[in-house]
Amino acid sequence: MVTHTRNWCSVFNPSKCTHTAVRSEHTPGAVGSYISSARGATGGSVPCSRALHSWWTEVQMGPPDPILGVTEAFKRDTNSKKMNLGVGAYRDDNGKPYVLSCVRKAEALIASKMLDKEYLPIGGLGDFNKACAELALGPDSEVLKSKRSITVQTISGTGSLRIGANFLSRFHTVARDVYLPKPSWGNHTPIFRDAGMQLKAYRYYDPATCGFDFTGALDDVSKIPEHSVIMLHACAHNPTGVDPRPEQWKELSAVIKKRKLLVFFDMAYQGFASGDIDRDAWAVRYFLEQGHNVLLSQSFAKNMGLYGERVGGFTVVCADAEEAKRVESQLKILIRPIYSNPPMNGARIASTILSTPELRSTWLEEVKGMADRIIKMREMLVTNLKKEGSTHNWQHVIDQIGMFCFTGLKPEQVERLTKEFSVYMTKDGRISVAGVTSGNVGYLAHAIHQVTK
Amino acid sequence: SRRSSSQKFTAYLHSILNFFFIFLSSWWTEVQMGPPDPILGVTEAFKRDTNPKKMNLGVGAYRDDQGKPFVLSCVRKAEAQIAAKKLDKEYLPIGGLAEFSKACSQLALGPDNEVLKSGRSITIQTISGTGSLRVGANFVSRFHNASRDVYLPKPSWGNHTPIFRDAGMQLKAYSYYDPKTCGFDFKGALHDISKIPEKSVIVLHACAHNPTGVDPRPEQWKEMAALIKKRNLLVFFDMAYQGFASGDIDRDAWAVRDFIEQGHNILLSQSFAKNMGLYGERVGGFTVVCKDVEEAKRVESQLKILIRPIYSNPPMNGARIASTILNTPELYKEWLVEVKDMADRIITMREMFVSNLKKEGSTHNWQHVTEQIGMFCFTGLKPEQVERLIKEFSIYMTKDGRISVAGVTSANVGYLAHAIHAVTK
Repeated sequence: MVTHTRNWCSVFNPSKCTHTAVRSEHTPGAVGSYISSARGATGGSVPCSRALHSWWTEVQMGPPDPILGVTEAFKRDTNSKKMNLGVGAYRDDNGKPYVLSCVRKAEALIASKMLDKEYLPIGGLGDFNKACAELALGPDSEVLKSKRSITVQTISGTGSLRIGANFLSRFHTVARDVYLPKPSWGNHTPIFRDAGMQLKAYRYYDPATCGFDFTGALDDVSKIPEHSVIMLHACAHNPTGVDPRPEQWKELSAVIKKRKLLVFFDMAYQGFASGDIDRDAWAVRYFLEQGHNVLLSQSFAKNMGLYGERVGGFTVVCADAEEAKRVESQLKILIRPIYSNPPMNGARIASTILSTPELRSTWLEEVKGMADRIIKMREMLVTNLKKEGSTHNWQHVIDQIGMFCFTGLKPEQVERLTKEFSVYMTKDGRISVAGVTSGNVGYLAHAIHQVTK
Repeated sequence: SRRSSSQKFTAYLHSILNFFFIFLSSWWTEVQMGPPDPILGVTEAFKRDTNPKKMNLGVGAYRDDQGKPFVLSCVRKAEAQIAAKKLDKEYLPIGGLAEFSKACSQLALGPDNEVLKSGRSITIQTISGTGSLRVGANFVSRFHNASRDVYLPKPSWGNHTPIFRDAGMQLKAYSYYDPKTCGFDFKGALHDISKIPEKSVIVLHACAHNPTGVDPRPEQWKEMAALIKKRNLLVFFDMAYQGFASGDIDRDAWAVRDFIEQGHNILLSQSFAKNMGLYGERVGGFTVVCKDVEEAKRVESQLKILIRPIYSNPPMNGARIASTILNTPELYKEWLVEVKDMADRIITMREMFVSNLKKEGSTHNWQHVTEQIGMFCFTGLKPEQVERLIKEFSIYMTKDGRISVAGVTSANVGYLAHAIHAVTK
């Protein structure tokens, strides 16, 4: 079988080489004849004939990442008023990346210790794992006291989810299905799919109200086959910013328990949603109290601003300490052939902050500061939209919580915002409120009003 | 107390029910206790040992002559430079820090390499060597439809097997180590390679073969390159020790560069764990040498799609350090000196080890200890002898008799020789 190759060499330099008929079935000497025919056609040595073989002819150009691709497009834009509301990275009120002061202090402390750079254990920095679990579960958690959970350090939230997905794929043999809320973070899908799981969905967001479709969620969840995995965003749902209320969480917990589903919590915004770390972890802790033995992914990218340091944790709550040991051993066996052991720097910073009382206090204040600024920007955006004369109901902008706001804008409107106003967001109408400042909120309101009036 | 007795009773009942629910909802009953990692498990056992003479010759991490972990001075300087810049912590691109990736590929291929000039390769930052190999394994699994087979040298680094297997590839092997000579089984390797089905993947250790320390000589590499070309195999180089083997980064990269010159469009994994001592910072690179720029772009786009659902983007700290060193002339020079010093100390330890063994009265041929290269030495010890070394002398190594020469010092080399003589005489 001969296939055409997309070969620019032969298209643009026809006199130089002839690669058109290369992909043939294996025949002895095929390679040799390929080389000699190339030389014969060109009559001499030619750069492309040194390229012995194209191994990757069939590799297609892939689409850019929908979220990270937004930033790339933003960078290329020369409009001075441009706004990047794509990726969820916090910005201060001057639109600048913000390194927390507790982080700088922790770094100074660490630097002064002149620590070595020896490999961490496969499961990561022990002190970090302990503090990470305590942050999520609360220091008085019965789970932690009984040592019936295992927490491993991971490569931020994505790394944590993927380890969890791989673990499920290997050991949760009773079901292949993972149920995501509709919509969910875009990367959830390839994470579970590449790990070998099947993706399904349950209703979550109600576009009619820009709020939580509680009835729809309960209805769908009540029909999920037993032992399936259900993914829940612990707080500050991404991309919608729509969270269940406590009484709604309670009902969900009961239905999920009745359906015997395996709960996988994704908590990427603890502290960032309400400004209060315990309040944001309420759902996780409630589910544990109700007897759900959850899987939990945590990220410190946003709440500690440690984005590029890649700090996260993955926790499995087990029946008892013995089961936790078995699970731990298998997590290590899974991790070792992916990256051997996790990066040390960010974990040292996070661990130092969590275990040093003054730094921890400072951190809690700074997280609250970030959350408060976002809440303020939500309010200013709505105020400005009203000032612009918008008659739409923008209440959801204030009701939603966390870094993101699901504006309700349609793809065509999003496209206009990008093309006409250089305001960048993902196609689903999600904006990162963290990218809004007192300096640009007026422009944003103006632009949104223009495309929605 | 604030709760009435009926409330307390309800809570008690609740906790009993939850106990049963927990008991009933054990998700992981079938999960077996797994064996400890053969290499990292050695360190864990070592840590538990209370013998003051204990020696950890398990994991390949360099130690100075006091047996202490060594942070390179060029690394400390780079860190100070980076700290002074007060950089932010924004996400790196999916493919990592661009200045790092560029310098990383230049280090491997040489700055004047035709491949780099033509732009027909893509190098991305990875989570050290393991992360690089796994990304490569996943890429091959997804896109190299012509074959599922990956051929490893016999023996190879233990982790190669689960890396490729978990990525969905089949593992096969070609002869490599000759236990009779403790050297390279050149004939056996050529023989096996000549039978490998076309388009299979063949993994080659670029230098300082792990675990044996046995490398082909340049003329042997040339024959292998020609044969591999004839068999039309996809070459995957693992270069974890550039600079560490001979002390010379260009010499250690010779095989990689020669294969490329011979027209092999290789895959290449690099690690900076050892040669820059950046172990726990997890710094590495993965390179795909393509036919042309256009192919490199397509491959790059697919690498990003593959990486995004594994870890989104790589850790910044180690890449910044490595990039600073590689791109700052004085630091780069200093690094080359420090790498050579590490390699030289290891060579010295090999020599001292052999002379001490002779002094002990050993009549075995220990020539291979000084002929082998890099961090590891395949002693030729049998599992029973390794077990005695651990139990009777608190000398820890992997069961295959591999020792990390980096763990040997002028102070303990005598004890090591004594112990090895005791179990082999």
